[in-house]
Amino acid sequence: MSEQWLGLITGILFGALLQQGRVLRFEKQVAAMRLEDMTILKFMMSAILVGMIGIQAAVDLKLAALNPKATQLGANLLGGILFGLGWAVMGFCPGTSVGAVAEGRWHAIFAILGMMTGAALYAEAYPRLEKTLLAWGNLGKITLPGVLGLSPWVVIPALAAVFLLCFVFFEKKGL
Amino acid sequence: MKRGVDWRPYVAGALVGVLATVSVVVTTRVLGKTQFLGASTTFVRAAGFVEQAVDPEHVRQNPYFAKEKIRIDWQFMLIAGIFIGALAASILDGSFRLEAVPPIWRERFGDSVALRAVGAFLGGIVAMFGARLADGCPSGHGLSGLMQLSVSGFIALACFFGAGVLMAAWVYGGKGGRR
Repeated sequence: MSEQWLGLITGILFGALLQQGRVLRFEKQVAAMRLEDMTILKFMMSAILVGMIGIQAAVDLKLAALNPKATQLGANLLGGILFGLGWAVMGFCPGTSVGAVAEGRWHAIFAILGMMTGAALYAEAYPRLEKTLLAWGNLGKITLPGVLGLSPWVVIPALAAVFLLCFVFFEKKGL
Repeated sequence: MKRGVDWRPYVAGALVGVLATVSVVVTTRVLGKTQFLGASTTFVRAAGFVEQAVDPEHVRQNPYFAKEKIRIDWQFMLIAGIFIGALAASILDGSFRLEAVPPIWRERFGDSVALRAVGAFLGGIVAMFGARLADGCPSGHGLSGLMQLSVSGFIALACFFGAGVLMAAWVYGGKGGRR
């Protein structure tokens, strides 16, 4: 099967799950940022909880290899902050914007056009950023177990425990 | 069930964890290249396609477009699939609804579709510039990054939410009350 078909099938399932999790909506995304409704975090943390166990198991069984994104402190921090600022106003993230249009929230079309414009602007800025901001604090493809010098199977249960405590907290507070 | 736990986000999220794992294994086996869930690079390619139609030479000479390669790849089709999957799911369960201005936005800024469009557009520009600088969005850094316990994922996700919380408080006012 071609990479395009595989991508499409995976995307259809991903889109249906995003929609059923109710995380595509502006209301849910902004409510999470206003700390009123943690649907988005419940969804993301559940995905991470299962995915980190599954992917690490696949790596141990030699069925796949990790490919983490490089840690570039300057770019990760500044880029992450810029994303958050825009995200609050837009009310969608890149993946959910497309799904939001699909469930009828058509104002997300303007978010998509804005994001394409932002991507084009970044392409223009890239040659200048490459040697400055992107070069700052470049630590390479590091992972938490690597930095801590621990087995992933120590880090994963610890993180899982933190996530489960968060879930209990969210439900207790009715978030 | 009114006061019970809403399991929907947990179950759908956990299934995304299963999907991510299966996808990692299948793409490694079938394509020989491991694919992790992500979204924002596709916006670079989409912008590249539009620019290519206007000025192909400019796109050819841009080092960022050269690095990300303007083509319909796995992730581009993943995004197309999200549209189809969300459309089908929302029609099947009757939650499809046309919406021009979301309620939280209306409470703060009124009914104007034009104002909402401008907000979404400008927010989109800033967010995507940031996502490309950070090298990922809540899917690539948040989901796939944390699933791999990547340090960059933890940093980026903390910044996404930290800045988002501050900006949301400023734009929509503090606690809007839970109605």
